[in-house]
Amino acid sequence: MIGDGINRTEGPRKVAGQVPYSAERRDAGDPLHGFVRGAAIGSGRITEIDTTAAEAAPGVRLVLTHRNAPPQGDLADLGGLHDAKPELVDDRIVRYGQPVALVVADSFEQARAAAMLIEVSYDREPADFDFFAHAGGGEVQDVSAVGDFEQAFAEAPVSIDATYTTPYHFGHPMEPNAAIADWRDGHLTVYLTAQMLNQLLDGLALTLMLDKADITIDSAYVGGGFGSKIGLHCEAVLASLATRILERPVKLAMTRRQMFSLVGHRAASQSRIRLGATADGRLTALGHDAHVQTTIRDDWREPVANVARALYAAPNRLTRRSHVELDVGAPEPVRGPGELPGLMVFESAVDELAEKLGMDPVELRLRNDTQIDPEKNRPLNGRRLADCLREGAERFGWDDRPIVPASRRDGDWLIGYGVASSIRSHWQMATDVRVRIDPAGLVTVQSDMTDLGTGTYTIMAQVAASALNVPVEQVQVELGRTDHPKGWGSGGSWGSGNMSVATDRACSAVREKVFAAAGKGFNDIFAEVRRHFPNGVEAIGHTIGANDDPNYKAYSQFTYGASFAEVGVDAYTGEVRLRRMLGVFSFGRVLNAKTARSQLLGGMIWGVSAALHEGGDVDPRYGHWVNGDLAEYLIPTHADIPAIDAIVLDDFDEHANHMGVKGIGELGAGGTGGSVANAVYNATGVRVRDFPITLGRLLPGLIARG
Amino acid sequence: MSDLFVTLRINGTDHALSLDPRVTLLDALREHLHFTGTKKGCDQGQCGACTVLVNGRRINSCLTLAVMHEGDEIQTIEGLGTPEHLHPMQQAFLERDGYQCGYCTPGQIMSAVAVLDEIERGVPSHVTHDIGAPPPLSDEEVRERMSGNLCRCSAYPNIIAAIRDVSGGAA
Ligand code: FES
Ligand code: FES
Repeated sequence: MIGDGINRTEGPRKVAGQVPYSAERRDAGDPLHGFVRGAAIGSGRITEIDTTAAEAAPGVRLVLTHRNAPPQGDLADLGGLHDAKPELVDDRIVRYGQPVALVVADSFEQARAAAMLIEVSYDREPADFDFFAHAGGGEVQDVSAVGDFEQAFAEAPVSIDATYTTPYHFGHPMEPNAAIADWRDGHLTVYLTAQMLNQLLDGLALTLMLDKADITIDSAYVGGGFGSKIGLHCEAVLASLATRILERPVKLAMTRRQMFSLVGHRAASQSRIRLGATADGRLTALGHDAHVQTTIRDDWREPVANVARALYAAPNRLTRRSHVELDVGAPEPVRGPGELPGLMVFESAVDELAEKLGMDPVELRLRNDTQIDPEKNRPLNGRRLADCLREGAERFGWDDRPIVPASRRDGDWLIGYGVASSIRSHWQMATDVRVRIDPAGLVTVQSDMTDLGTGTYTIMAQVAASALNVPVEQVQVELGRTDHPKGWGSGGSWGSGNMSVATDRACSAVREKVFAAAGKGFNDIFAEVRRHFPNGVEAIGHTIGANDDPNYKAYSQFTYGASFAEVGVDAYTGEVRLRRMLGVFSFGRVLNAKTARSQLLGGMIWGVSAALHEGGDVDPRYGHWVNGDLAEYLIPTHADIPAIDAIVLDDFDEHANHMGVKGIGELGAGGTGGSVANAVYNATGVRVRDFPITLGRLLPGLIARG
Repeated sequence: MSDLFVTLRINGTDHALSLDPRVTLLDALREHLHFTGTKKGCDQGQCGACTVLVNGRRINSCLTLAVMHEGDEIQTIEGLGTPEHLHPMQQAFLERDGYQCGYCTPGQIMSAVAVLDEIERGVPSHVTHDIGAPPPLSDEEVRERMSGNLCRCSAYPNIIAAIRDVSGGAA
């Protein structure tokens, strides 16, 4: 049962369009409609805001600006996950597109039209929007040093020293951020598309200055997250403020364009990577200096330099990060925080080293494999990176790779192969799950966990069905409400580990209760519940946080993978086409083979996207997102993705938890981008160190090579 | 703006509406008639989440006004099949896991049904090598024609597998 690739339990309703996402919820009845007016400057003050015409426009019920917005909780100095995020606080503008007004009207069309009638005058102030004008510098943080890196690097017989950049990335789930807020009888219900409800509840209660008990967040179905729905954003806050004033439900959805400025982004980064090795390819020095964007008001720093801390052995190591505070809005976690950009560039550098050594890049990685965390000196449980590399090389036909770059051609196409490793830290967070058995023959599993398309509904049903030995069809999983038992939601790839452990424990606890009443050795648990618990029986199961779990002190917990890519590059235009790709992964036990494969494939495509497509461009003069829509911010389409596959090395990681489970939400992306970048180099002999690898960046090198 | 009267024929049933002329077909479906299976991903013709069939052809319903569709036959995901009686394309998406979050999915499925019909009718695409001959039922053709439907979960390989199952086409 656990591990079987059953269809998603909510699948029939999803493919029939019968699953209501937040903006589609009908629970509160017909809502009023909100529309946000965003600031047209990146930094400065509002000098005048005239709402007369908007207020007089047909259907308008409310126009909210900083002049009449209700008092809200203070924005903490560092806007952490649980903190207040007040809106329309004063006349100060700190980022382009920041809400300056909310209009609420009877219809969406009326609200949108009225929002455009607001006259805003600004006093623009000098600001700094340009990350790439800041090469390094700034306070150095998050330093990890082992041995004497500088000396070892200076003395290394073979070394590389290369600098890479990655651009701003956006999560852009297909379901835009949206909320319906309903204030009724002194209680606020917010139908919100969200990933981590417990944390959002803290922030929303502080912002609105309400008791947490007076707020329910309901996020039963979520149309993708990728980090965009972790933080508290303006749609939840403004819709809540408006419903409290109007005492009518208010719906507020971001437009796709607004999502660029109203939701955070992944910080742009610059990485200097220095690797030193012996002539036979043993790393002696491993260095990664990362520099990332942030803002003065935020403490999230993309952990780009952390990615290689447990990836390869090397006696001398130095990894650290600095940052620059810009006026482009707060960075937030986006799928694969740190490792998606970090591994892409680090694994590019490893490829450069292999080239310099004249060594097979797979062999170089195998030679520097380790079973011991080289910085924390403890075992790397479940580490099967070498198996991933070997199995992948075998299945992909790595032996057939063009050894000399730019040596293989298929018509006008230059053909190249690339490889990269993936590693992702595995976390465990305090989590409660309730399991209830009703005499009618139904098992109910409840949690404030969310399903972003990750398969949570399905895997929790499988875990409970297996623990209680009942058919999956008799398990009903209820997710996404803050009045359910609390956990840490969807983020950080911790969902499946946290949930499967807590669900299994809750099932055991319920069974113990039934055993106590009925004695062991029964066949039909529902019959015993009917006999002994006419009102049903329930229990809570708990997962302890990593900090309280000795396994997380004795072992360094990661998941692993290897990616192999073949690309074709048009010799005349520089167009890059992915031809095939294979990922091989190891992450403990698979809970559902079908949904796990889908999540891995999706992650791999994110890697392709980071290598070849995605990048948000800021106008360095005014601070707005120049390519702020889905036509200009490129993500892969069907035509960009050929047949690709993901293989899982079946396993059970007993040091992770008693279920043997670790998460996979970010692993698929991991270093995949690096394998694509390395394949482009192998095809062309041109190394592009600024991502994404566009025609414009590839062509000069292609032309220079002739 | 004064309302206009329009009768929209959706999945074979007439719905009489009095609508602000600015209401898109997409918002008429979602906000006024509560056919929320049709999704809003961008509201500007860039994602395909809002794909419906109008007189048998797929369009982005966010790019057209509802009042322009008096007398048209509009088909949405709700008219294709129900959870109990799925259309073969819906069933194939279910079996192949051609989705994750499910938000782009109704649009993908409506597009997929239309794509097979377009190929059958001999409509060429950007990748049709010989526009004089009927287009082949190749993965390349299907991928090209499906490229107006973005999937951020990136279920693309599974979506193509689902369409292949229904069409019987080969790579
Ligand atoms: S919502 Fe119509 S194309 Fe995106
Ligand atoms: S299934 Fe989530 S966007 Fe396609």
